[in-house]
Amino acid sequence: MTSPNGALLEADKLTIQFGGLRAVDQVSFVVKPGEVYTIVGPNGAGKTTVFNLISRIYDVTDGRIVFQGHDITRVPAHRIARMGIARTFQNIELFEHSTVLHNLLIGRHCRNRTNLFTEIFFTPGVLRQELEHREKVEKIIDLLELQHYREQIIANLPYGVRKMVELARALSTEPTLLLLDEPASGLNIEETDDLANYIDDIKNDLKITILMIEHDMRLVSRVSDRVLAMNQGRVLAEGGPAEVQRHPDVVRAYLGA
Amino acid sequence: MRNIFKTSYVQDIRLFEHGGHVFWYGLLLILVFAAPLVLPQFFVGEMSLVFIYAVAGIGLMVLTGFTGLASLGHAAFLGIGAYAHNYFVTKVGVPFPFALMLAGFVSAGFGIAFALPALRMTGIYLAIATLAFAVIIEQVFSHWASVTGGFRGVAVAKPNLFGWQTTTEVHFYYICLVVLIVITLGTRNLLRSATGRAMMAIRDSEISAQSMGIHIARTKVTAFGISTFITGVAGGLLAHKLQFISPEAFDLILSIQLLLMIVVGGLGSLHGCFYGAIVVAFLPQFLSLVKDVLPPSIGNIPGLQGGVFGLILVLFILLEPYGIYGRWRKTRLFFEIFPLYRRATFKRQRGYLKTERMK
Ligand SMILES: Nc1ncnc2c1ncn2[C@@H]1O[C@H](COP(=O)(O)OP(=O)(O)O)[C@@H](O)[C@H]1O
Ligand SMILES: [Mg+2]
Repeated sequence: MTSPNGALLEADKLTIQFGGLRAVDQVSFVVKPGEVYTIVGPNGAGKTTVFNLISRIYDVTDGRIVFQGHDITRVPAHRIARMGIARTFQNIELFEHSTVLHNLLIGRHCRNRTNLFTEIFFTPGVLRQELEHREKVEKIIDLLELQHYREQIIANLPYGVRKMVELARALSTEPTLLLLDEPASGLNIEETDDLANYIDDIKNDLKITILMIEHDMRLVSRVSDRVLAMNQGRVLAEGGPAEVQRHPDVVRAYLGA
Repeated sequence: MRNIFKTSYVQDIRLFEHGGHVFWYGLLLILVFAAPLVLPQFFVGEMSLVFIYAVAGIGLMVLTGFTGLASLGHAAFLGIGAYAHNYFVTKVGVPFPFALMLAGFVSAGFGIAFALPALRMTGIYLAIATLAFAVIIEQVFSHWASVTGGFRGVAVAKPNLFGWQTTTEVHFYYICLVVLIVITLGTRNLLRSATGRAMMAIRDSEISAQSMGIHIARTKVTAFGISTFITGVAGGLLAHKLQFISPEAFDLILSIQLLLMIVVGGLGSLHGCFYGAIVVAFLPQFLSLVKDVLPPSIGNIPGLQGGVFGLILVLFILLEPYGIYGRWRKTRLFFEIFPLYRRATFKRQRGYLKTERMK
């Protein structure tokens, strides 16, 4: 389901003020179903803050967020996943003391329908639900080739694997829209190439729309349909990957002028 | 190392992971059920105290070990459970098992009423709030004489099960054992389903728990409710064990003992509750033995017991943060994979910088 104008997600003049700082200032963009839409910009541009606004961790000072035709500007943060928006974090926010499997099962939480009393007695209904979660999670483990790490504790995993686990956890929520905050940061070249393939799979096989923040221009050019460039909380340019990279304002922002 | 070949997802969900577990837990169960037949009376009494402590420990573990919320006031909930249970039995005439459950619900009512406003706080601030709550409740115990008997306290009769008056330590032992088993199974079930996972998620990262669709406030209140329910039930049993309850039975030292129990046993594991309960139940006995050996100038220092409890707590937090259960797992692994064990196996990797981590 989309808005009348065909948008999956619509950010309309998003603005947030932290004290004297306008971290995001009148940012508008539209993400269409099925595309990979990437936000680029130097550090401190306000990209992560845009994600935090969409996932409702911060309240907007001004502006509107519309997802699938519903205004979600005031929806509480814990309802966002169930509506179909999942995310990863720039600095990996996994449940460190738990196994990979456990982390992915937590990703299923927004799809859970059991209640406290049936859980205490672990009724057949709860068992059925647990098996269903497990089957969904195993599909994602297969997709991202995490079989090897299934039973390992997050704290013992290398950085690159953690990034993949976080992606897997986001996919476990069965999202319509996936927000990826710098998915390639800290990955080596092979891992980044793998990531590009996974992003293609997620887009083409799972039919999930992706909104991504990324610095690695090789990856951005390879997977993105459209790119939005930001600096100091404002939109600089929008268009195809090559077009945005050539844009004089973008070039200047990256040179730090 | 034991390699378990898994052929079905149910294997990971089951109560017992593999046949070995079924065997060992079955054996343990037979042993504890047979123990009163051979143990001396005194020891049977001590074991029922271990069971009661273990129930209380599970209560606090749900809150602190699994949800990551520290409480320095759980003695108050033991007290509420104890007084409520005794009130329902003697003044209202509720049959024992139902009175015990009602005691749990009353305690949970107080727990939830406390949690609703207090959960805006975390960490040390929450701990201080629970401490303040416990101090207030102790005052209530002292002054609400019509229910609690005030400073003078009240005597508690032995349990009466639907007309069958229990008389011996052995009867009481079995009552405590059955309650412990029921509470353990219920908690274990909860931990292997969605609510338990939500609690552990909050413990590890609130921000991503929220983004996975977990309602933080509701889950924390639920954890408080379950925790104080279980602790209240333990309080009901403790009332019978003490035979006489008065406000000072539920003081700060008891709260610290409860905390000591789960830290020493191993935070975040149900097994830890049992190890911790054994330590806390037998430590006073052990200390009084040691006291006789020590020169009087040391042995008679006032507050020695509280001091030793505190010292053990600090030493465990510093040296063995995963408690006895963690130590046992390391030891077992050492023998399983000998000679391949590396000292760093359980060392946590250096954490990655979380510079931009949100509060
Ligand atoms: N919670 C906050 N309080 C105050 N300032 C913040 C907060 N979150 C982000 N900012 C500021 O907003 C600006 C944009 O940050 P961010 O969105 O993280 O940038 P980036 O584009 O690198 O992801 C930065 O100057 C940052 O310091
Ligand atoms: Mg960022």
